[in-house]
Amino acid sequence: MRDDAAYYIDGPVPETQAPSGEPKPWGKTDVVGSRRPRVDGYERVSGTAVYPSDVVLPGMLYGAILRCPHAHAQVRSVDATAAREMPGVVAVVTGDSPEGKDLHWAYGGMLTKLFDPHCRHEGEVVAAVAAETPYQARDALKTILVDYEVLPFVADERRALDPGAPKIHDGGNQVGETATYERGDVEKGFAEADFVVERSFRTECELHTPLELHGCVARWDGDQLTIWESTQGVYGVQRGVARVLGLPLAKVRVIGHYVGGGFGSKLQPSKHSVIAAVLAKQAARPVKLFISREETFLCVGNRPPANMTVKAGVTKDGKLTAIHFTGLGTGGAYPAGGTSLMDWLARDLYTCPNVKTETTDVYVNAGPARPMRAPGHPQGSWALEQVMDELAETIGICGLDLRLKNIPTVSQTRGGQPFTTTGLAECIHQGAKAFGWEEGYHRDPGDGPVRRGVGMAACLWIAGAGGPPATVLVKLFADGSVNLNMGASDIGTGTKSVMAMVVAEELGVDPDGIQIEHADTGTTQFATPSGGSKTIPTEAPTVRRAALAVKEQLFEMAAEQLEVDPGELVLEEGRVVSTRDRSKSLGVTEVQTLQRRGLIVGVGYRGDNPEGKVVNPFGAQFCEVEVDMRTGEVRLLRFVAAHDSGRVMNRLTFDNQVFGGVVMGIGLAATEMRILDRNATGKMVNANWHDYKIPTMLDVPPDMESVPFDRPDPEANPSGAKGLGEPATIPTAAAIANAVFHATGVRLTDTPINPMQMCRLLAERAKEA
Amino acid sequence: MKKQDEGGRRKGPGGVTRRGFITSVGVGVAAAAAGSRLEGQEKRVEIAEPGEMAKVALTVNGRRHRLLVEPRWTLAFVLRERLGLTGTKVGCERGECGACTVLVDGVPRYSCMTLALEAQDQEITTLEGLMRGEELGPVQQAFVEEDGYQCGYCTPGQIVAAEGLLRANPNPSLDEIRLGMSGNLCRCGTYHTIARSVRRAADLKQGLKGAGS
Repeated sequence: MRDDAAYYIDGPVPETQAPSGEPKPWGKTDVVGSRRPRVDGYERVSGTAVYPSDVVLPGMLYGAILRCPHAHAQVRSVDATAAREMPGVVAVVTGDSPEGKDLHWAYGGMLTKLFDPHCRHEGEVVAAVAAETPYQARDALKTILVDYEVLPFVADERRALDPGAPKIHDGGNQVGETATYERGDVEKGFAEADFVVERSFRTECELHTPLELHGCVARWDGDQLTIWESTQGVYGVQRGVARVLGLPLAKVRVIGHYVGGGFGSKLQPSKHSVIAAVLAKQAARPVKLFISREETFLCVGNRPPANMTVKAGVTKDGKLTAIHFTGLGTGGAYPAGGTSLMDWLARDLYTCPNVKTETTDVYVNAGPARPMRAPGHPQGSWALEQVMDELAETIGICGLDLRLKNIPTVSQTRGGQPFTTTGLAECIHQGAKAFGWEEGYHRDPGDGPVRRGVGMAACLWIAGAGGPPATVLVKLFADGSVNLNMGASDIGTGTKSVMAMVVAEELGVDPDGIQIEHADTGTTQFATPSGGSKTIPTEAPTVRRAALAVKEQLFEMAAEQLEVDPGELVLEEGRVVSTRDRSKSLGVTEVQTLQRRGLIVGVGYRGDNPEGKVVNPFGAQFCEVEVDMRTGEVRLLRFVAAHDSGRVMNRLTFDNQVFGGVVMGIGLAATEMRILDRNATGKMVNANWHDYKIPTMLDVPPDMESVPFDRPDPEANPSGAKGLGEPATIPTAAAIANAVFHATGVRLTDTPINPMQMCRLLAERAKEA
Repeated sequence: MKKQDEGGRRKGPGGVTRRGFITSVGVGVAAAAAGSRLEGQEKRVEIAEPGEMAKVALTVNGRRHRLLVEPRWTLAFVLRERLGLTGTKVGCERGECGACTVLVDGVPRYSCMTLALEAQDQEITTLEGLMRGEELGPVQQAFVEEDGYQCGYCTPGQIVAAEGLLRANPNPSLDEIRLGMSGNLCRCGTYHTIARSVRRAADLKQGLKGAGS
């Protein structure tokens, strides 16, 4: 299984043709790597960018979905008679209606009815309507009478395997067998250790909540369906909708030129897209169906809670001898990778001969998980990176030094395959230097009411190599202007800008002048969804190859005209020049064959990743906190994030991506927590942004610095870049916890680090003393 | 239409129709807003029938629009779905995220928490209204230069909020920027570059073009 399999939701992906030849790594670059505002900046700040939720079509109706209000219930009957008579209502679909009764939905390989009468989580779909206005649609939902048999529920994964716990599926509440991994012999490793630390941790469930709601506009032209979807990958939505509705792929066009954030929650198709299409068909009019903010907390994914115990041994001189990781998690009511990758850092981040991991995934009555920015990794980091600090303390060295003593050069989990590049040690060194680690670490936090501390944590990300398939077209027009055509979405990471820079690097044109066609199944080539920190390492080499294919054809045309060998030609400032005789040159627009043909099309394919080697990004983050011992408030003062993601493609968007990752990590560490009423109803009690707090500008430190370890990885791919988006959020929470420990001596085993928890822990410690 | 609506089938489980409730509340707010402006005049509370449309004249980006709205329609809905001004985004429809921020008489306001009727006779400025023809305004320009966004969906609200902040305080300190912008969520977490953008915008607005950040 490929390492970023979580991002290929729909199973195997088609192969693309292998490219011919391997372009040489770039030497000095002119455009790539510079600090450059985005090519679509104007659209995004002027309001001219049309996001899927902005689409307004003639005759368009508005859809709304009735969802199960119970954590666990059986629908006995649905009576939508009144809804059909409500003002403005044009279409109604339920699990009993002709349009709804035969629809099915696959949850991670488990096939259910799309309108499944057995509602296993709050927010499961029950019925839907389309009306002239969204207000009328919501009015109509209120009139639908549903007879629910409310069933006993389990909302706490720690109770899911209790004897007598309500069963969510016939086979019980455990998802498959406990997954185990083992190398060496942990018992032998613990025997060899001078010190052993064991501690249990928990991270709370976090929700993606991108700013743009999940949803789409669906329109039929006869049997041709077009969907404007807020998605990270148009091809996944195309395939999902086509499969459920039994349509040929060619009859489903999905367009997603802009997407207002996803973070993993928009990687896969959702039920609402099918429902919008069904309503639109029934109404014979386009339907806009965007779910409400409250719904996004219930049914479009989450980073599930993680319960972890780490036992680790170390020798006096700082060598790890054994790590035993056990984890319990949940993907919600369906198989959704509830424990996916939570043990990965324990397995692969540090050199350790004896490792055992055991993870158990259970069902609970809650919305299914979806991959959320580095699935499993921030959770595992929270546990492992705190234990690393604790081990270091037991042997009397700094946690930073303990990490440096255990830097891996090979991926131990993958049978010792070497990493192409590992900047882990450099990230730690350079980050520490930029941060002023030594000074901060040795400063006495004092015994006053407000104490300062510093903390750090390191990371790698399992994927970030990218890989096939990817096919990209670059077109050079007779007037020298260029068009780039790729299937991938730009989810806000600056993909379009980076790809334009790659084309500009090869063809010497202005990146802002390149017209980009992307994220449309009707006009572009297949692409996997943008996620897994794989978009740049997948698309950039492919775009480069497409641009090189254009250049090759251009040189052949020019060589004929100049009567030289194509191999001696280079492109310089819009002119094809012979390196043997510089008097022989042609402007691009003077190439006669190009003028006659009007167009050169270059096709680029993504080649394979290096055989027998592992391409992973690495990083280390450092922070300083201030803890008020009276109120339990933790203030974040500053952050330094040092990341090795290979070549920095655009310094401006690189830094921004790093800052964004840190902010999301701050949310996990300090502010975010899904609260289910696990005793009385099983319902989520904070399904809104007032009660579920994502960081605001006041919650993040004003002082943030990104320190890229900018070393192109020539073996990874012909762009030299590795993934960045996900590693940037992995070590953040653990770094904060370590800083709080440094300031107070209190070890935070559970998120979120809020005043309530801090006060409790400080009071407990005072009592012990 | 109105008569039809009175049928018992429209009643929700509690006996009161949701629509009727919201409609009357909506008009109540509108009436209160009108009352506060017309001091000394007798307050007149009208109860709109469900489905009844009200005339409203909105001044948006200097242009006057006359249209029929349901009293419960929010300004955000009317701007986006009736006037095609989709620069204003909707993230929560309950006053939490600020994506729908517009200026009402120069002051930032969540248009999802503002009824279209309430906005009558006030100057509404949306993101589109900050353009100078096809040229970006200074705050917009600053957000591009400093990369004050990622996915761009909260960006219109951020830019309008920044415009409002800078109109009230042309030279804000970092702390004032952080406080002034804290009513707008950015899930991509670009607060660092948003703060820089606002500072840059202040410089651009003061004509200090080329001033570094």
